Amino acid sequence: MRMKLLHLAHARSGDKGDTANVGLIALRPEIYPILEREVTAERVKEHFRGICLGPVERFELPNLYALNFLLHNGLGGGGTVSLKTDAQGKTYGAALLRMEIDVPDDVARKLGLSQ
Amino acid sequence: MKRFIRIASGQGFWGDWLEAPVRQVEGGPIDYLMLDYLAEITMSILQKQKARDPKMGYARDFVPLMQRILRTCAERGIAVCTNAGGVNPTACRDAVVEVARSCGLAGRARIGVVLGDDLMDRLDDLLARGHRLENLETGEPLERVRDRVQAANAYLGARPLVEALKQGAHVVLAGRTTDTAITYAPMIHEFEWRGDDWDRIAAGIVAGHINECGAQASGGNTGVDWQTIDFVNIGYPIIEAYPDGSFVVTKHAGTGGRVTRATVTEQLVYEMGDPREYITPDGIADFTTIRLDEIGRDRVRVSGIRGRPATQHLKVSIAYGAGYKAVGTLVYSWPDAYAKASAADRTIRGRLERLGLRFDEIRTEIIGAGACHGPLAGEASPDLPEVELRIGVRSATDQPAVERFTREIAPLILAGPPTATGFAGGRPKVEEIVAYWPALILKSEVEPHVRVEVATA
Repeated sequence: MRMKLLHLAHARSGDKGDTANVGLIALRPEIYPILEREVTAERVKEHFRGICLGPVERFELPNLYALNFLLHNGLGGGGTVSLKTDAQGKTYGAALLRMEIDVPDDVARKLGLSQ
Repeated sequence: MKRFIRIASGQGFWGDWLEAPVRQVEGGPIDYLMLDYLAEITMSILQKQKARDPKMGYARDFVPLMQRILRTCAERGIAVCTNAGGVNPTACRDAVVEVARSCGLAGRARIGVVLGDDLMDRLDDLLARGHRLENLETGEPLERVRDRVQAANAYLGARPLVEALKQGAHVVLAGRTTDTAITYAPMIHEFEWRGDDWDRIAAGIVAGHINECGAQASGGNTGVDWQTIDFVNIGYPIIEAYPDGSFVVTKHAGTGGRVTRATVTEQLVYEMGDPREYITPDGIADFTTIRLDEIGRDRVRVSGIRGRPATQHLKVSIAYGAGYKAVGTLVYSWPDAYAKASAADRTIRGRLERLGLRFDEIRTEIIGAGACHGPLAGEASPDLPEVELRIGVRSATDQPAVERFTREIAPLILAGPPTATGFAGGRPKVEEIVAYWPALILKSEVEPHVRVEVATA
């Protein structure tokens, strides 16, 4: 089943210079392994095409059921240099929640997930 | 030794809710109040204020706040730890001493300052002695922008703050310390943690990270069930810290907001780099070792944190002038709001080109149609009730070009696509771009210059 991350996770994002960070947190612990498998650095880079101009790094925090992504060259120069409305990447977490991933039907049923 | 101490977060940035620290002091028991005022860019603003008036250069909001709470803090034995000192902690101290006297605390209130983070006057000496202060992001040496530097401050750790508390300070005023240190300095002080007790120091760092953005750990900005949160009455976080390094994140009873695993986790990942190495002057915290347990309503226990030894370096925050920018906006209404805004954008760009003006960047966003999420937002609907055209330019050197741009917005009202409105704010202002230059410096270059002074009001 294709599902939007919005129904599987929550997120918080911010900035460090011209790098945006997006923390993606499973809504339930059982969902974390699905995120870890599906939401790779490559897929996030592809998702933010045209927004993040540099590489994407991923770090895992299984203790918090969370993934942390660094989107390099993602803020139009960053901080005070950037001309973007969202120069601090505050909405990038929400932008990541637009991504759709594959959730195996039996897993989705077991977790009681629905679109 | 106290069984535990409560360290309340009262301000997540300069401009945060003025009532929050008052509510923390009056809304229930706390032992310490931490107030974070300084963002990277704040330091250059404060340097400019100090250049105009040697009595300025600190977070001015802090003084009227002290007027409101200092007496209660004294009665209840609450100490205040803050970086409100900015680039002029001594002037801030003088103002707070005045407040203390006016509150009837003369001869009683002890006010401490931490000095020595400001490297502005030492910069040329440091460069001459071979410190390149390379930009951590680009590797460029500081020499390239030396003549445009407006502020340079080393991030100090908790030790000088602890020293001020040991000398009996009721208010500790620092300049550029790490945002986390103003939360865990009281823990080191009260629990007598050793400087090389890396796991406990790391626990303090994590507590500091949770506290440093105010209500962002207690329901503010949360993505989980935000519709059911009482934001009007939101409670700010309080760290209930124990000597073993474990702590509980909570808030005052009867306040709004929410402290759950979800809200604490959201703040933990905020502005996170590599979670295994959260580096501070006092030690390195490993965020992959944090254990969270919901142990009650609005109570999240945090434990298991592991740390590693501190490095030999301090981070330096340098601000430098990097040119000029301006942003102008116009609103267009239905029908075809998006198409009209796009046509207005093309018109402005066409006129700028005919004027022969060159910019490092011209950026257009159409607010209401994908300004935040770009292509991810999909195609704009032709039925949007209105959108805002937002167009900005930036130039590293050509201030007159940016000035001229600011005069190209208003003509669109009468000489462009129909239904332009929303221009009551007048012509956009040219802003100087003050950019951030992060660097490292050896601790041995800074620490011998750090001084702590505690004076009685």
